Amino acid sequence: MIRLALPLLFSAALFSVGVYGVLARRNAVLVLMSIELMLNAVNVNLVAFSQRIGEITGQVFALFVIAVAAAEVGIGLAIVILIYRNREMINIDEVNLLKW
Amino acid sequence: MIAAEVVEHAGNGGFARYAWIVALLPFVSTVLTLFFGRRTPGKGAVYGITAIGVGLVLSLLVLWNFVQDGPTVHDAVDWFSIGSLRMQVGQYVDGLTAVMLIVVTVVSLCVHVYSLGYMHGDERYTWFFVVLSLFTGAMANVVIAENLFQLLVGWEVMGICSYLLIGHWWEEHANSSAAIKAFLVTRTGDIPFTFGIFALVVATGATTSSIPAITEAAERGELSIVWATAAALLLFGGAIGKSAQFPLHVWLPDAMAGPTPVSALIHAATMVAAGVFMIGRMFQVFLHADPIVLTIVSVVAGITMLIAALLAMIQGDIKRVLAYSTVSQLAYMVAGLSLGEAGYTAGLFHLFTHAFFKALLFLGAGSVIHAVHTNEMTEMGGLRRPMPRTFWTFLIGSAALSGIPPLSGFWSKDEIISTAFHEHSYILWAVAAFTAILTAFYMTRAVLLTFFGEYRGHGHPHESPAVITGPLIVLAALSCVVGFLNATAFNIYEFSEWVHIGEGEHPPFNYGFAALSIVGAVLGIAAGYRVYSRYREPEPLRALGPLYVVLENKYYLDEIGWRGIVRPVRDQVSAATYWTNQHVLDAAVNATAWVTRKVAGVANLFDRRVIDGAVNAAAGTAGFTGGLLRYLQSGNVQRYAAFLFAGIVLLAIVFTRV
Repeated sequence: MIRLALPLLFSAALFSVGVYGVLARRNAVLVLMSIELMLNAVNVNLVAFSQRIGEITGQVFALFVIAVAAAEVGIGLAIVILIYRNREMINIDEVNLLKW
Repeated sequence: MIAAEVVEHAGNGGFARYAWIVALLPFVSTVLTLFFGRRTPGKGAVYGITAIGVGLVLSLLVLWNFVQDGPTVHDAVDWFSIGSLRMQVGQYVDGLTAVMLIVVTVVSLCVHVYSLGYMHGDERYTWFFVVLSLFTGAMANVVIAENLFQLLVGWEVMGICSYLLIGHWWEEHANSSAAIKAFLVTRTGDIPFTFGIFALVVATGATTSSIPAITEAAERGELSIVWATAAALLLFGGAIGKSAQFPLHVWLPDAMAGPTPVSALIHAATMVAAGVFMIGRMFQVFLHADPIVLTIVSVVAGITMLIAALLAMIQGDIKRVLAYSTVSQLAYMVAGLSLGEAGYTAGLFHLFTHAFFKALLFLGAGSVIHAVHTNEMTEMGGLRRPMPRTFWTFLIGSAALSGIPPLSGFWSKDEIISTAFHEHSYILWAVAAFTAILTAFYMTRAVLLTFFGEYRGHGHPHESPAVITGPLIVLAALSCVVGFLNATAFNIYEFSEWVHIGEGEHPPFNYGFAALSIVGAVLGIAAGYRVYSRYREPEPLRALGPLYVVLENKYYLDEIGWRGIVRPVRDQVSAATYWTNQHVLDAAVNATAWVTRKVAGVANLFDRRVIDGAVNAAAGTAGFTGGLLRYLQSGNVQRYAAFLFAGIVLLAIVFTRV
């Protein structure tokens, strides 16, 4: 039985990497991947706590999150492809028409 | 299905429950004729004729209910209410209603068919039928009315139709003047009538204006005698106007300016009888008022029947003879009613029989006028050979009017005269009996001048077409037979079963009075024959001297009306009213307007500066703030995400502290 602190630290690091990727990266695909990292950091937390308190609910929830994440990536990639077809690039800070 | 329903309802009035349809159909045909008449082949008379034909069949079914001693039908729906007064519309169908519906539909149908021929080629042919249908609907509405205000609506619509039809040929000034005169004179009677209705409503404690409710209250003696007396007198004022009684009878002879079918329908058979019908309808009020009311009614009736019959003797215009005769016969009906319970059935029976034979006489006169193109009897004569059908039907109508048995007029008139004697109204009896002689005299005169002797006019008159003579024959047949509905000599009391008040006792037939009536009629005819069988200008009655001059000037009543009412009103009252209007009312109106303008100016300023200012300020503030904040929306997704994280961190800090 591993101590709780390790997976929590790991998940915090993973989440931070994800936040950095979402905020700093310009490539839309990488932004999507960073979101994926954040979601998986949450999953790690869920599984860790589930193991700790001996209840299966957290792990079931993690499965739901994975399913939702798959759907989200599907839609996200579709949008990215459409942007690419229209503008020949996927640079996210140039996609800023929806303003003021 | 429908048959089963009818059988099921036979116990509670049968077809009488559908009487309202008779009143509705002519309104439908009015609208149809008005909108589609001109585009219909034959120019639209077909709608009115169909509607009234169906109405006639239905009226017969309604009457069938009462032939079988069916019950009275009373239905009503809410119209509106003012305070405690609940206003309803509906139908109140008793024997009187059924009988009146027959009169209205039969005469109206005959007149519609007759007008096909008489009005042929008229430039306002379709319009004529529109108004004719509207009139029929209004009259049927008066007859079935459950409510006094409903009755008043029909009553006034009839007045308007009468006005429109008298002035049908308005291009001639005399015709439009006659229309205005008829309208104004009948309105003079309608004002007391309206107040009579108010009086009755007040007398019930302002709770109802339903006719059955009011008559029942009167019957139980729940109306105070003061209110009942006032109401009865005021209602009688309406009858004086509508049924052309002295002194408001002056409009009816002038109303002859209208087309002859109109005279037959409106000014002989139905509308003028509406006043008598209304007295019959509200009879309990008259019975339970002070006895002076019925005395006044009887005096008015007596005066009217005599003076009108005298005037009928000297008229040269055939329609005017019939018009004065109508006034006189209406007075007979009113006289019958004035005798109280005993004369109720007699008066209304005379209304019933008179409608048929007087419509017949008018239509016959119309047929003659159609052939010779003049109303003056001095230019007629000898028409019995070219116009045999018109002649024979006219002769039947005249005999019925003169009271020759067994025609209808004999039974009803004899009943009134003998009832007057039984009720000890000897003066009224004497006047009525004398008027009967005059009636026979003037009708003999009219027949002799028109149909006998040599033709004195121009051209070659021909018999009218079948659409004109057909209705004449139908009405002549009815004039022969309807009298037997109440042929007291043969113990037939059918009409009394339908129309009666109280116990409806049948006065026994008195052969003495009947013989007297017949002798009177024969006397009148003989006198008429003696004077007019060898007619030559000048008018033989000029031998009467000063009396003839008085009659020629219609007792100077028009003159009195002109000098006593019209001129003072026009010259002085109108001038004074005009001055008041210009200097008092207008000044007040202008002052009000000036003040209003000033106040409005202030309000305008306040509105623009203060209220608009506040609204604009609010809008400006919102716009300015929005203008600043909108730069936060850069369109960059990553910046939004950064705000999101910043927010979450902030929340985390805040909640961790707590």
